[in-house]
Amino acid sequence: MNFGKDKTAYLILSDGTVFKGKSFGKEGTVIGETVFTTAMTGYQETLTDPSYCGQIVTQTFPLIGNYGVNSIDYESDGSAVSGYVVREKCDMPSNFRCEDSIDNFLKKYGIIGIYDIDTRKLTRIIRETGVMNGMITTEEFQLEKALEEIGNYKVGRVVPKVSTDKIEKFQAENPKFNVVLMNYGYKYNIRRELVNRGCNVTVMPWNSSAEEICALNPDGIMLSNGPGDPADNPEAVETLKKLIEKQIPTFGICLGHQLLALANGGRTVKLKYGHRGENQPVTDLELDRTFVTSQNHGYAVVNDSISEKVGKVSHINANDGTCEGVKYSNAPAFTVQFHPEACGGPHDTAYLFDEFIKLMEEHK
Amino acid sequence: MPLRSDIKKVLMIGSGPIVIGQAAEFDYAGSQACRVLKQEGLEVVLVNSNPATIMTDKHMADKIYIEPLTLDCLKRIIEMEKPDSILSTLGGQTGLTLSMQLAEEGFLESHNVKLLGANPLTIHKAEDRQAFKDTMEEIGEPCIPSKVVETLEDAMDFANNEIGYPVIVRPAFTLGGTGGGIANNADELHEIAINGLRMSPIHQILVERCISGWKEIEFEVIRDAKGNVITVCSMENFDPVGVHTGDSIVVAPAVTLADREYQMLRTAALNIIQALKVEGGCNCQFALKPDSFEYAVIEVNPRVSRSSALASKATGYPIAKVATRIAIGYSLDEILNQVTGKTYACFEPAIDYIVVKFPKWPFDKFVYAKKTLGTQMKATGEIMAIGPSFEAAMMKAVRSIELGMNTMRKRDFAAMSDEEVLNKLHDVDVDRSFCVFEALKRGISVDTICEITKIDKWFVSKLKNLKELEDWLSEGDLTQEKYDTAKKYCYLDKSIEEISGKSLKECGIEKRHAVYKMVDTCAAEFSADTPYFYSTYDEENEAEEFLKQHPTDKKKVLVFGSGPIRIGQGIEFDYCSVHCVWALKEMGCEAILCNNNPETVSTDFDTGDRLYFDPLTFEDVDSLIATEKPDGVVVQFGGQTAIKLTKHLQEIGANIMGTCAESIDAAEDRELFDELLEKCDIPRPAGETVFTTEEALQAANRLGYPVLLRPSYVLGGQNMIIAHADSDVEEYMKIITSHKLENPVLIDKYMMGTEVEVDAICDGTDFLIPGIMEHIERAGIHSGDSISVYPAQTLNERVKKVIITYTERLAKALKVIGLVNIQYVVYDHQVYVIEVNPRSSRTVPYISKVTGVPMVDIATKIMLGHSLREQGYTSGLYPECEYIAVKVPVFSFEKLHDVDTQLGPEMKSTGECLGIAKTFSEALYKGLIAAGFKMQYSGGVLFTVRNQDKPEIIDLASRFEALGFDIYATGGTASVLNRNMIATNFTYRIKEEKEPNVITLLESGKINYVISTSETGRDPARDSVKMRRKASERSIACLTSIDTANALVSCLEMHKSIDDVEMVDITKI
Repeated sequence: MNFGKDKTAYLILSDGTVFKGKSFGKEGTVIGETVFTTAMTGYQETLTDPSYCGQIVTQTFPLIGNYGVNSIDYESDGSAVSGYVVREKCDMPSNFRCEDSIDNFLKKYGIIGIYDIDTRKLTRIIRETGVMNGMITTEEFQLEKALEEIGNYKVGRVVPKVSTDKIEKFQAENPKFNVVLMNYGYKYNIRRELVNRGCNVTVMPWNSSAEEICALNPDGIMLSNGPGDPADNPEAVETLKKLIEKQIPTFGICLGHQLLALANGGRTVKLKYGHRGENQPVTDLELDRTFVTSQNHGYAVVNDSISEKVGKVSHINANDGTCEGVKYSNAPAFTVQFHPEACGGPHDTAYLFDEFIKLMEEHK
Repeated sequence: MPLRSDIKKVLMIGSGPIVIGQAAEFDYAGSQACRVLKQEGLEVVLVNSNPATIMTDKHMADKIYIEPLTLDCLKRIIEMEKPDSILSTLGGQTGLTLSMQLAEEGFLESHNVKLLGANPLTIHKAEDRQAFKDTMEEIGEPCIPSKVVETLEDAMDFANNEIGYPVIVRPAFTLGGTGGGIANNADELHEIAINGLRMSPIHQILVERCISGWKEIEFEVIRDAKGNVITVCSMENFDPVGVHTGDSIVVAPAVTLADREYQMLRTAALNIIQALKVEGGCNCQFALKPDSFEYAVIEVNPRVSRSSALASKATGYPIAKVATRIAIGYSLDEILNQVTGKTYACFEPAIDYIVVKFPKWPFDKFVYAKKTLGTQMKATGEIMAIGPSFEAAMMKAVRSIELGMNTMRKRDFAAMSDEEVLNKLHDVDVDRSFCVFEALKRGISVDTICEITKIDKWFVSKLKNLKELEDWLSEGDLTQEKYDTAKKYCYLDKSIEEISGKSLKECGIEKRHAVYKMVDTCAAEFSADTPYFYSTYDEENEAEEFLKQHPTDKKKVLVFGSGPIRIGQGIEFDYCSVHCVWALKEMGCEAILCNNNPETVSTDFDTGDRLYFDPLTFEDVDSLIATEKPDGVVVQFGGQTAIKLTKHLQEIGANIMGTCAESIDAAEDRELFDELLEKCDIPRPAGETVFTTEEALQAANRLGYPVLLRPSYVLGGQNMIIAHADSDVEEYMKIITSHKLENPVLIDKYMMGTEVEVDAICDGTDFLIPGIMEHIERAGIHSGDSISVYPAQTLNERVKKVIITYTERLAKALKVIGLVNIQYVVYDHQVYVIEVNPRSSRTVPYISKVTGVPMVDIATKIMLGHSLREQGYTSGLYPECEYIAVKVPVFSFEKLHDVDTQLGPEMKSTGECLGIAKTFSEALYKGLIAAGFKMQYSGGVLFTVRNQDKPEIIDLASRFEALGFDIYATGGTASVLNRNMIATNFTYRIKEEKEPNVITLLESGKINYVISTSETGRDPARDSVKMRRKASERSIACLTSIDTANALVSCLEMHKSIDDVEMVDITKI
C-alpha cells in the first residue's frame, strides 16, 4: 500500500456534494451519469459491459480488484464506462488467472477512477435523489463551473458508440441454427451462450435494416442489451416493427426487450435509480417460480403499456413489480429485462436460451 | 403456498447442552423458529435438555420439556403430546439425528407425525457418506475420491492401495467432525481409523484423498417447496482446507473468487439443494483448487448450522425464520424481508462491508492441550466483526476475541528468532494468523509465507498492509493524516500511541469517534428501517440519523452483552442480557444492545430496539455512548466481559444502572473484600495475597496444605488450582508469571466441605433468594463443573438460616441493586464465604425456570426503580417448589486431546443440562442421562484413587459389587479393597510396564466406569492423565470425584428406566 502517497481525486455530484478520495486509473476529468451496482463479484464484466456507456459506475461492494483482471473475462473488447468509483482497490490481487491489477486496467482503457470514498454515503444519495450526473477529477476545480458542466451533460445517443458498423460471424461446432445478433452494445456472453447451443451467430450493426437481416435468412433473431434511453433509437424500433411481421423467432435482452416493446406500441419509463446488481428477484409468472437475476438497466417497460393484442407480461420484478419480461402473441418472440447470459451474476435463468432454441426448432 | 392446513401442533427438538461444535447458534435458530411457529398460531411443544437457553423460556413455546434428548424420552413426549409434525432442521445435528432415527424406526409414521424441513431421504442423502457420494455423482457434482468403510482393514487397504497418503478420516454422524483427523502414513491411519470407527454411532468412517491447501468456500442456500432457490451468503476460510471451518477465521463474502469461480460454486450449491430437496436452509462446503477450476463438494448440512447463524448476522437475512416459514408451507416469494419491509425473502443479500469471524479457543484455560488445528473442531465460540475492509474487520476481531490483544502483534513471538518464526509458520495452530503477521514484520516475503501456509496471497497481502501501516505510523511524526488512516483501519487510539510511540495529545491529534453504518441486506439499494449497526470511521453517521428520525420520550438503556462463548462464560449470559432487554422494553424503555457474538439471540436485530455489532472495549464503547447518549447502561448481565467495562463507564460519566462500580470492585479486590467481610462479621477461609513464587511458598506453608491458588479477577476459575505441596505451588507460579498477569495471586486455605450457591436479588432494602443450591461434589471442584441441586438437600435449618443472613448482610453491605451470586462452603457445620459476584451468574436461567421467579426481569425492574415489594415479593428465601432440579455439567473432552479430565477448581465444562423431577434421585437420574451417562448394570468398574480417597471408596466399591459389577483396581487401591472383603481384580499401572495394565484393560471393553482421582494432574505426560484420556477416547464414563461416583451408583441402585419417571412440562410448574 502507498500509505500517504496517492494523488487526491474528487467526485462532484450535480447536487453539489463533493467527495474527496484518491486517484487511480487515468488522471484528468470526466463527467457521466453516476449510477451504482450492488454486484459483489464480476467487476471486470461490469467494466466491460457496454450498457454502462456514458456512466460513472459506483461499486457498493467495498473491495474491488481482489482477483485482478485477465484477458478472458471481457464482455466487450474494451470498457465503455466513463468513470469508476470504489471504496478500496486491491493492489495485490490474487487469482490463478490474474494477469494485471485493476489500476492498470483502468489506465489501459483511459478510465478515470476514484477510491477511498464512502461509497455507501454516495449510494444513499443516489437512492434518495435518483440517478444524477457527476464528475470525477484529479485537478483543481471551481465548484460553480464544475456544476454547470455537470448540469449540461447528457448520456445521449450512445448505442452507436458501442455498436459497430461491421458484420461479424461466429461459427458453432455443430451448427443447427443461424442466428442474427443485433448489436446494440452486446455482451459477449450472449454470443457465447448461443454458439455453445449450436448457433452460428452473425453480429449485425445496430442500424441494419430489416431487409439486410432477412437476407441472411436467420432461424432466429437475438436482440442484445445496450446503453442509454431506448427512446433514443427510433431507427432500430422501426426495423423491429418490420421484423415482427416476418414471424422470425426472436429473443430480446435488456435494451432489446425495451426496443421490441416500443416496436409493439409499448412505453418505457426511466427508473429513479435503476436496477444494477446480481441479486434481483424475478418471478416467471407462467412457472410461478422466482429466480435471482443479473440486471443493469435504468429504464423499464411500463407493464400496462403492453396491449393484450400483442402479448403479455411474462416476468415481473418480485421487489417492485416492474416489467421484467414480455411474451408476444403476435410473433414468436419473447424478451426479458434482466440478463440470462449473466457474466457477472447468477446463471439461474440460462434456461431462457434453451427456450429460444426450442422456439427456433418449432419454427424451422 | 400459504401455511399448510395439516399442521397444528409442532414438536421442536433443541440441540441440548453446549459442546464444542454445537453452541449457542441453535438457541438462536430454535428461538427464531419458536417465535415464527407461535406467530403462525401453531401449538409448539419444545424439548431441550439445556436450561440455559432462551428457547426453553416459558413464553417461547406452549409446552416445554427440559428432558434428556434421547429416543426414549422423545417417544414418550410424542405419545403424550401427540404433535402432528416435527421440525427437524433447527436443533443442530442432535435434533436432526434424533428426528431421523424416529423416522427410520417407523415411530413417526405409526404416530402420524410428519417430518418438516428435511424428510428422511434428504437427511439420509446428506448425512450418509455413500448415499451422499451417489447423489453427487448423479447430478455431476464432484466429490473427493473417498471410500466409506466399516472396518480398519478396508480403511488401510483403500489408503495403501488406491489413493495414497495423506488421507483424511471423517466419522459418520459426529458433531464437529469428532474423531476424525489427517493421517500422513499407515501408522497414523491405524490410530485415527480405530478412534473414528468407535466415535461414529453407526461405526462408519470415510477415508478420503487429502486436499489440504485448497481454498475452502461455503455457501448458505435456501430452497422452498416450489423449488425456488437462493444463496444467502458465501464465505471463504482464511485457513485453507485442512482446518475445520469452525476453527478457521472466516470472511463473508468470499473474496478471492472471480465471478466465474463464484458462479460455478454458487450454481453447484443450488444444484445440490435441489437434488436433496431440502425445504429450508442448507450449508454447502466446497474445496476449490487454487490454480484451476477444479473443485469438490466437501460437506452438505441440510439444516441450519453455525455457518447459517453467521450468515444471518453477516447479512441481516434471518435464515432460521425463513427456513421455519418454508417448513410450514410458505414459499420464498411470499415471505417479506423484514429488514427492508419492501423486498421479499426471495432475493440474495448484497452487502457493502466485509465480515470476519474469529474463533474463540479454550487454550487460555487448557495450557497443556495441543493448540494444533485440524479436522476436529476445538473452538468453544466465536466472534464476528464488521468493517469496510478486511483489515478493519480484522482489527475489530482481534480485540473482540478477548485474548488481551488489540493488534495482530502477539507478545509470545517477540522473543523468537527470525528462524524460529519461519519454522513456526509450519505449525497449523491457533496462533497461525498472528505468526503470519510476525513473519511479515520480520521481512519474510508474502510468497514464502503463502508457500508454507497455503493461505491465499490475498489474505497475507492484507496483513502486510497492516504491517506497512504500522511501519508508517512508527516512522517520523504522528500526523493527523496518519491517525485518520489508522482509524479507518479501526485501530484503537491506545494502539496508535503504542505503535507510534507518541501521545496523541502531544502531537495535537484531533481524536475521532466512530460513526455507524447500517446492516440492511441490500447495500443501501433500498431504504431500510433495521436498527442494526456497526462502526466505521467515515463521516456519515446513520445511527445518529436513525435516532433523529425516530425521536422518543422513552428512557434509553444500553445493555452490554457477553462476547464469545467460552468455558466459564457461556450461553447463560446471553439469556440474561436478552431477558434484561425484554424487561426494559416491557417497562417502556428503549433497549439497545451491544455485543459481538454471531451465535446468539442477543445479536438478533429485533431482540432489542437497536443492535450494535461491535467489540466491547473502552474506546468502542465510548463511540457508542457518544452516538446513543443513553440514559443508563447495564453491565451486570454480560458476564465478566461487560463487568470489565464498569469502572471505565463510570469514569466517562455513564449512568450505570444497578450495582455501582465501587461495589463491584469491593467484591473483586481482595483487601476491600476482606474489610467487607470483617464489617459484616462473616468468616471466609484464611488467605493471603502474593506476587512472587517465594511469597507464595511462604504463604502456603503458613496456611498449611492443601491451599487454593488463583489470580485475582478470575473468570470460571481460570488458572485456579489446589496445591498439595511446594512443588505444585512452584509449577503454578511459573505458568502464572509467564502470562504476565498484572494482578496478584490469591492463596486460600482449602476447605473440603459442602459447597452451596445462592443467587439473590436485592433492591437496596429488601433481598430475595429464589433458591439455595447445593453441590454434590465437595468444595474444590469448580461450581460450574459440579452437579448442582436445587433445593439444597442436606443442609439443616440452622445452616440455611445462616446462609440467608449472610446473603442479606453481603447484599446490603455491597449495596447490590440487581443480582448477586454468592458461593459458600459449609465445613464442620460452619458457613464460610468463598466468593461474591455482584452480577448475574451461570445458575440464573435454571433457577428462574425451576422456581418461576423471573430473576433478570425482577432485577431489571429494580434498576428502573421498582422495589421488590412493589413487584410483589418479600424479603428472604422464596418458598421451595415441589420439584427438584439437578444441573449436570457437560464436557467436550473427546474433542480436546491432552486435557486432563480430572475436575478441579478450574472450570472445564462447556455446557450443562437439567433433570427435573419430584424426587431427588429421579431428577439426578434424568440429569445424568441428559448429560450422556449410560446407565449400565453389569460389566467392570476400575478404581484408581489417591490415598486420601481410599477410605471412601470401600463403601462405593461394595455398592458397585452388589449391583453385579466386576471390580478392578491398581496396586494400593486394590489391596485396600481386597482387605475390606471386596473381590478386586488387580491391574498394573502404566509405569509398571506389565500387563494387564489400565490401558489394555480399558481397551479390552470390560470396563464401563472408571473412578480416578490423583494428587496431581494436568500434565498429559503423567500416567493418571493418560489413563483418563484413554477412558475419554473410549467414551468410558470417568468420574474424578468420589461424590459424583456415589451419586451415579445411587441412580443405578434405583433400577429405573426413563419410562418410570414423569416427563415434566415446565410451563406447568
